[in-house]
Amino acid sequence: MTTPASFLTEEMRKQAIGQKSEPRSIDIEKGAIIKFAQAIEDDNPIFNDEMAARESRYGGLIAPPTFLRSVGVDRPSYPFDMPFNRMLDGGSDWEYFQPVRAGDRITAISEIADINERTGRMGLMVITSIVVTYRNQFDQVAATQTSTSIRY
Amino acid sequence: MADQVYWDDVTEGMELPEVVKNPTTQQLVKYAGASGDYYQIHYDQSFARNNDLEDVILHGALKNAFLGHLVTKWMGQDGDLKRLAVQYRGMDIPGTPVTAKGVVTKKYQDKSGNLVDCDIWLENEKGEKTTPGSATVALPSR
Repeated sequence: MTTPASFLTEEMRKQAIGQKSEPRSIDIEKGAIIKFAQAIEDDNPIFNDEMAARESRYGGLIAPPTFLRSVGVDRPSYPFDMPFNRMLDGGSDWEYFQPVRAGDRITAISEIADINERTGRMGLMVITSIVVTYRNQFDQVAATQTSTSIRY
Repeated sequence: MADQVYWDDVTEGMELPEVVKNPTTQQLVKYAGASGDYYQIHYDQSFARNNDLEDVILHGALKNAFLGHLVTKWMGQDGDLKRLAVQYRGMDIPGTPVTAKGVVTKKYQDKSGNLVDCDIWLENEKGEKTTPGSATVALPSR
């Protein structure tokens, strides 16, 4: 597929920015936290050992910082089709406000924060920044994650 | 458990203790299952090759987790992670070790406590920083 020299108009940017996904909720299970900690090979007792975690100031197991990736967030839909086949994950910027505990119910909503185009080595690229907000059952923001993706 | 690090004892330029990871294809499968990221470039070699990759590659988010491990291990149970940012610049493949490293860049206080900023990164065997990033932690003081 050949990509055009330019794709994104100011009008399209305005339509896309602020688009939100449906909320998605998940119960944070102790077993899922432990499996995640094992998969990343992090043996910190507060992620792995309920008895040891009870002795900590958290009073129980908490999730490792990137565990929220596993929540499975819906993506906001774009108000237009993107003429690109490939996508790269550019990175993530997490901010943390509350620990995520076993037994929490986390609700995630993602939102298009920014979208721009650039011409690089691989031709035209569209760079999107998506912010996921993770709230717990007390409506406290537990974390936000800003991810950058590159379509080309 | 490592001894608790205190804000008072941290100095700019101080290095975080390294965390060495030896990712295998088995770990990538475990991570795919634990995270729910089943994109085949992380475990299906012929799929990866059909996507112009030399081999299956590590999930970016797994590398993010390795850097989370580096920082949470260092800050100890009484530290609070405030921010963790990473950029995926280069690919890493299973079977070759990666080392998570970090250095303190700034020590300061504000309304959220006694804070420390760090530059963090994953380095491959050639010494290339495939995954640079930064982190902010709040540490207890003596």
